[in-house]
Amino acid sequence: MKQIKVLGSGCRNCEITANVIAQAAKDAGVEVEIEKVTDIAAIMAYGVMSTPGVVVDDKVVHAGGIPGPDQVRAWVRE
Amino acid sequence: MFDAFANALAFGVLGLDPSSHAGAAVQFFIMDVAKIFVLLFVVIYAMGLLRALVAPERVREFVRGRPDWQARGLAVSLGAVTPFCSCSSVPLFIGFVEAGIPLGVTFSFLIASPMINEVAAVILVGILGWKLAALYVVAGLVVAWFGGIVMQRFRPERWVEDYVWQIQVGKADLPKPDTTFAGRHHYALAEVREIVGRIWTWVLIGIGVGALFHGFVPAGWVSENLGGDSWYTVPAAVVLGIPLYSNATGVIPVAEAMLGKGVAVGTTLALMMSVAALSLPEMLILRKVIQWQALALLAAVLAVAFTLVGWGFNAIV
Repeated sequence: MKQIKVLGSGCRNCEITANVIAQAAKDAGVEVEIEKVTDIAAIMAYGVMSTPGVVVDDKVVHAGGIPGPDQVRAWVRE
Repeated sequence: MFDAFANALAFGVLGLDPSSHAGAAVQFFIMDVAKIFVLLFVVIYAMGLLRALVAPERVREFVRGRPDWQARGLAVSLGAVTPFCSCSSVPLFIGFVEAGIPLGVTFSFLIASPMINEVAAVILVGILGWKLAALYVVAGLVVAWFGGIVMQRFRPERWVEDYVWQIQVGKADLPKPDTTFAGRHHYALAEVREIVGRIWTWVLIGIGVGALFHGFVPAGWVSENLGGDSWYTVPAAVVLGIPLYSNATGVIPVAEAMLGKGVAVGTTLALMMSVAALSLPEMLILRKVIQWQALALLAAVLAVAFTLVGWGFNAIV
């Protein structure tokens, strides 16, 4: 199963990002595990400074702002 | 154009009397809402298209490992052109510390960032004219430059929380941005949505305060009390601005109304800077990485700097 992490210290945009990904996975019929990473040390360990960031299978795919719908679809499908 | 539109709506459609307090306030409100939001959309979209918005991850790489004056120059100018959300202050701070960037340079960046950004600068030109816009930007850059140097003198390293020194920053292999026109267009639209979504309430509140001031505060009272003759109006404006917070764009309509009624330029600039740069929410966010002594010192340094700027401009203009 695909592991997706949303990096962010609990700001509103991080919530939205996690929800957008969950919804896209549901629409695509893909099972994903979404984890919210709020610990600042853990976030920085990924080299991400602008939140929300998104990590798919331990690879940073996005940082800063809510990702676009096309991007999200690509992450859950590929 | 905006003026005619606001006149038609306020006096024609709503039937308000142009010479009444309410009429003047409503006309101001409509005009500024139209003007500022149109400018916001256009400027942010254009910046997004150019991808002129620099990511914090890249700022760190630009600034690290340079001699002090270069690092500070870059920090101040990058702080000025990047409209970061204050929620990014903590990761930025940690990232700067970890890269070995001196704290004084980091403070220069943190001072410049909320006070000046290119979006606010363009709107300043549109609303108050290029002269005042230039005054505000130059004064802001100077305060950020020297504010950081003064902070460094107090050895703020001793106030940084211990855990900050332990954090290891990984190297993110961020995907390359999509540079086709369609990609840029999508990015620009997302930027507009994100930034306007974040600041519109501040801007509306700012316009509301400006409109009330414009409509209801008598010009005679202003020129008598806030005309710049008495020394204490500037520090009073700075102190008033500390607990008040708005974003740099939100204070512009307030400044517009104040200047329109004859408040002295220096007093207005001091209030703008104090409202935009010094804020309680920002301080509480930074408290996660640095102890309150450093934050109190930062507030004091900035308050003194803004007062000097205000006095300076009141004496010259």
